[in-house]
Amino acid sequence: MIPELEKFKGFSAKNLPKEEPLAPGHRACQGCGEVLALRMVMKALGKNVIVCNSTGCMEIITSPYPQSAWRVPWIHIAFENSASVASGVESALKVMRRKGKFPKKHVDIMAVGGDGATGDIGLQWISGAMERGHDFLYVCLDNEAYMNTGVQRSGCTPYGAMTTTSPPGSQSFGQVTWKKNVPAIMVAHNIPYVATASPAYYLDLMNKIKKAALVKGPAYVHIYSPCPTGWGSPGEKSIEYARLAVETKIFPLYEVIEGRYILSRKISKPKPVEEYLKGQKRFKHLSQEHIDYIQKRVDAEYERIVRLSQMG
Amino acid sequence: MAKRVGIEVSIAIAEAVKLADADVIPAYPITPQTHIVEHLSELVANGELDAEFIPVESEHAAMSACCGASAAGARTFTSSSSQGLSLMSEILYIPSTMRLPIVMVVANRALSAPISIWNDHQDIMVQRDIGWIQTFAENGQEAVDLTLHAFRVAEDRKVSLPMIVNIDGFTLSHVIEPIEIPDQEEVDKFLPPFKPRYKLDPRKPISMGPVGVPEVYTEAKVALDNALKASKRVVLKAWDEFAEIFGRKYNPVETYRTEDAEVLLVTMGSISETAMTAVDAMRDSGQKVGLVRIRLWRPFPSVEFRKAAGKAKVLAVIDRCLPPGAVCGPVGEELRSLFYKVPGAPKIFSFVAGLGGRDVTVERFEEIVDKAKAYAKRRPKELYEVIGVREK
Ligand SMILES: Cc1ncc(C[n+]2csc(CCOP(=O)(O)OP(=O)(O)O)c2C)c(N)n1
Ligand code: SF4
Ligand SMILES: [Mg+2]
Repeated sequence: MIPELEKFKGFSAKNLPKEEPLAPGHRACQGCGEVLALRMVMKALGKNVIVCNSTGCMEIITSPYPQSAWRVPWIHIAFENSASVASGVESALKVMRRKGKFPKKHVDIMAVGGDGATGDIGLQWISGAMERGHDFLYVCLDNEAYMNTGVQRSGCTPYGAMTTTSPPGSQSFGQVTWKKNVPAIMVAHNIPYVATASPAYYLDLMNKIKKAALVKGPAYVHIYSPCPTGWGSPGEKSIEYARLAVETKIFPLYEVIEGRYILSRKISKPKPVEEYLKGQKRFKHLSQEHIDYIQKRVDAEYERIVRLSQMG
Repeated sequence: MAKRVGIEVSIAIAEAVKLADADVIPAYPITPQTHIVEHLSELVANGELDAEFIPVESEHAAMSACCGASAAGARTFTSSSSQGLSLMSEILYIPSTMRLPIVMVVANRALSAPISIWNDHQDIMVQRDIGWIQTFAENGQEAVDLTLHAFRVAEDRKVSLPMIVNIDGFTLSHVIEPIEIPDQEEVDKFLPPFKPRYKLDPRKPISMGPVGVPEVYTEAKVALDNALKASKRVVLKAWDEFAEIFGRKYNPVETYRTEDAEVLLVTMGSISETAMTAVDAMRDSGQKVGLVRIRLWRPFPSVEFRKAAGKAKVLAVIDRCLPPGAVCGPVGEELRSLFYKVPGAPKIFSFVAGLGGRDVTVERFEEIVDKAKAYAKRRPKELYEVIGVREK
């Protein structure tokens, strides 16, 4: 067990922080699941944090100068490099503390980016920061495409999904590849803490963020973030879809603490994937054959996680 | 007392960074910059320099980490070259507008293809417009002095801009020269601690690097341009103070035997030393030739350059960079604009020489001067000429 987590006291519905380090009034679309998740992340972290943000929806909607939704120190440099920026911030605080130029008190450092920033263009930067062991947490807000630039596919776009660069056509059925398993790549870095989370399970999400911040060394949290604009789903259903993704086993919730998988929520009575797929425009074109394939593979992937969690 | 020692220039630069007590050094190795960062990591490993050396996985990450470290209020240094500098390129434009005073030594090297580890100025010339203050060193002592000067200028609150010191790869980085390594006490007198006006600190949260909507983007860029131009005063003042403390005086533009000169060679960096030898030889044979060397490249010292050029009739400008398809090399272009329609302006001829480690010898300089003289009488067909291209 990680010593920092031994006496871990989680949030409960009764002791939710009132503070909103991410202010309302930003410019996200109605029903944006990503900014909702980010709000929960920030509530869990509080104000003693420095945020390094990748280019993407969250950066754009929170910072149109001269307005800013950030009540904590925040920096944006570019798209792929928030983990390196965080490396610099972390190293700076470390040495400045040693030299008496910064208070000894711990400050959390978070790098945050979308699935594109994390799993595609920024993978090397994150890998470097994880491998070097900086004391920071990286949060990936996965809305399964490059939303900021108009819904292009990413490595995290799910199988079959329509995006503007994976359009279905006579020769294609949308995204032809299976979703990249970014959390597993992070686990391969032997970092102390990796978790997946969903805004539909807000306490679970906030507790995982808190743990990721507490752990010494690098930590990674991958958050499922419905995007009504990119998915073609009703804005008021973002949380419903986030929950369905878990209940259908499409997005299993788990932690990997020092390499050990722990299921956060065992799905004993899974809903069929179809329930999740329907109602989202991005999957509308899929045939029964595709849906059956997705069902089979989702079950198998989920079983893999279950088996990993049984390895102890 | 400062000691004069025989030392490799790269090692001496690292020692200067130690004297500056840098806090964070994110770096990635590339020839011919390696000895600088190797020695720095050694100094950190030995506890001689209390800094965080971040062995990043690429130059892009190095510059990104520099931005984070500098924004958090740390004195930040890195070094790169050629392909590495190009890989950083996306990020280089950012700390200038965000006013993060990172100091970088660039060991100038050619750009691929073909891959070449040898010296010219193509790597830095493609980064001309990144908005950093830039100087060029001629020798090892200057490389050390300009490195200390860079911290002093960059971090000055009136400036708050990143700064590059260019040193020629191999011809400077890898040679052993007699260099006076300054005393710590003197350095401390010259270089106050870094106290940024703004930094990332939860006690006083600010947002850095927001979206520049069309209503503010122009103003942000104009602010950078103004700051870069205004930095010249601090650059000069810091050189004055440097001279007072260390006894070595630097100017944005240096002249050599320019009095009564009719033809002036114009150079940057270490080839200026050979150019001086060439000037001596030509003077000996009765030619009125001198040399103007540009030390401060950005902001461009227009007034100082015009003054240095004096009443010369011909400028033979040497670029160590060949921008394909352009009207001439970047230094040539700069000077042609500078003198455009200025009454009594000299005729300016642009030469490209010394690419990818090709030596520029005394004879080459003589050839350049001969050509410039001839062109002054009879306009050349081309706007520039590449010197020393082999026939076979
Ligand atoms: C180097 C670079 N390439 C491309 C872009 C254009 N770009 C900006 S944001 C973005 C997509 C962001 O996608 P993601 O990381 O998933 O975040 P989201 O907007 O979906 O939250 C792209 C392609 C860029 N800013 N920089
Ligand atoms: S495009 Fe999607 S992720 Fe971006 S702000 Fe809108 S709803 Fe949120
Ligand atoms: Mg995305």
